[in-house]
Amino acid sequence: MALAKLSLEEWIQAAAEQAVSFTDFCVDFQRRELDLTAEEVLARMEAMFAVMEESIAVGLKGPRSKGGLVGGDGQKLQRYLAGKQQSMLGDFIGKAVVYSMAVGEANAAMGRIVAAPTAGSSGVLPAVLFALKEEYGVNSHDLAKALVVAGAIGMVIASRASLAGAAGGCQAECGSAGAMAAGAMVALLGGTPAQVGNAVAITIKNMLGLVCDPVAGLVEVPCVKRNAGAVAQAIVAAEMALAGIESVIPVDEVIDAMESVGQSMHCSLKETAQGGLAVTPTALALTEKIFGKKL
Amino acid sequence: MNIFDIIGPVMVGPSSSHTAGAVRLGNVACAILGEPVAEAVIGLHGSFAQTGRGHGTDLALVAGLMGWTTDDLRIPQAFAYAQEMGLKYSFKTINAGEAAHPNFVKFHLTGRKGSESQVAGASVGGGRVVISEVDGFSLEFTGEFPTILTLHEDRPGAVAEVTGILSKRGVNIAQMRVFRRNKGGLASMVLETDQPVDDSDIAAVAGLPMIRAVRRINAIS
Repeated sequence: MALAKLSLEEWIQAAAEQAVSFTDFCVDFQRRELDLTAEEVLARMEAMFAVMEESIAVGLKGPRSKGGLVGGDGQKLQRYLAGKQQSMLGDFIGKAVVYSMAVGEANAAMGRIVAAPTAGSSGVLPAVLFALKEEYGVNSHDLAKALVVAGAIGMVIASRASLAGAAGGCQAECGSAGAMAAGAMVALLGGTPAQVGNAVAITIKNMLGLVCDPVAGLVEVPCVKRNAGAVAQAIVAAEMALAGIESVIPVDEVIDAMESVGQSMHCSLKETAQGGLAVTPTALALTEKIFGKKL
Repeated sequence: MNIFDIIGPVMVGPSSSHTAGAVRLGNVACAILGEPVAEAVIGLHGSFAQTGRGHGTDLALVAGLMGWTTDDLRIPQAFAYAQEMGLKYSFKTINAGEAAHPNFVKFHLTGRKGSESQVAGASVGGGRVVISEVDGFSLEFTGEFPTILTLHEDRPGAVAEVTGILSKRGVNIAQMRVFRRNKGGLASMVLETDQPVDDSDIAAVAGLPMIRAVRRINAIS
């Protein structure tokens, strides 16, 4: 399905010209698109939070995945961090990384999640949003608005590139989730519309070329840990953007670059489990153990 | 595409294509049968056959046949529920050819009252599905709209009669296509509508002279 190309740069410029925050611009734009009131849109987003919160809680119980390759690592990191006076991750990133792995593990164990933008990358947004809620005291109304910003960024990426690993590799899934999270964080923490664009651009640039090479074709290895990596990338980019650091390449061009990289990527590296980590000796042995045969 | 296609759907993991899409394929197949499923023979092709078990595709397909939605927390226990409900299911690996989508499934369903249906389709990404075959007819629809499926005689006026009666009843057609096996034989119309279609709409279409059978598929959630 070909979609009309959207432009994040156009939206950023429009928000700046109207002298409104990027968040307010996105909420207003989306409620018009959906023919709903702003409150209705935000209420639906708040309902997503309930599912996200539940998925974090489920994942932190350490469930074993369907394929048996993942489970319990979010819980392990949480326990480790809780016992430390000081950690390299710090409170905010530490919490976000724990949550991202928890949701990834809940997903792999057939728990209920919000695909945002996909099931495989569903850990990233809940991770940063709940870390913001707990560490910054952000209320759920503002978090709902941040989710609208994230969704709007995702729409632009979907229209110019792709959100599917099968089409664009993991850069399209975890890369996009990271970009959506980075933009949402900057918007929520009072960044300008241009800074939102820079956060999105920097995140994608740092994740460009990431392949989708799932072991045994399952959404387990390396997906759960890549959600954690995407969270860190998103936070790095968001803080850089808030500091006023700009992306030399404008955000729409960065998204277009992701699309062209995805097209150049060999199909063995796009969710087919025919390349990368999926064909390492260990992965092949695991595949045979899980399915009793080679893929 | 809207923002809730990006933030959503709410679903049981682990994969939008192999789990959520599989539930929806089961939903549509069950709707086409038009009654509770008593027996299902499920043919899995490509990636569905190779990695389906690790993604819970098999559970999701059976859950879909019971009419459950993608976010139903009982999906991991779908087999036990199916047994309780007297739904017999079996799986086999099929080869639908090189041209078939990697996430392709073919259902052979028997209902409790004895009706039978063969439905084939694919999960094409992000939980979206495309149905490509119903009872030997090659056709195409997504289940995202309320859908009317006819079996009718391929004669002048059949299409006009159906669209005419729907327009009188205030049902707007969003998309429609006609498929046939051979000229002058049996044909099938797929009508995707903006408004939900109710029993009386279906009865009105079924009462038309050239219509042999009509089926309704509600929009999948």
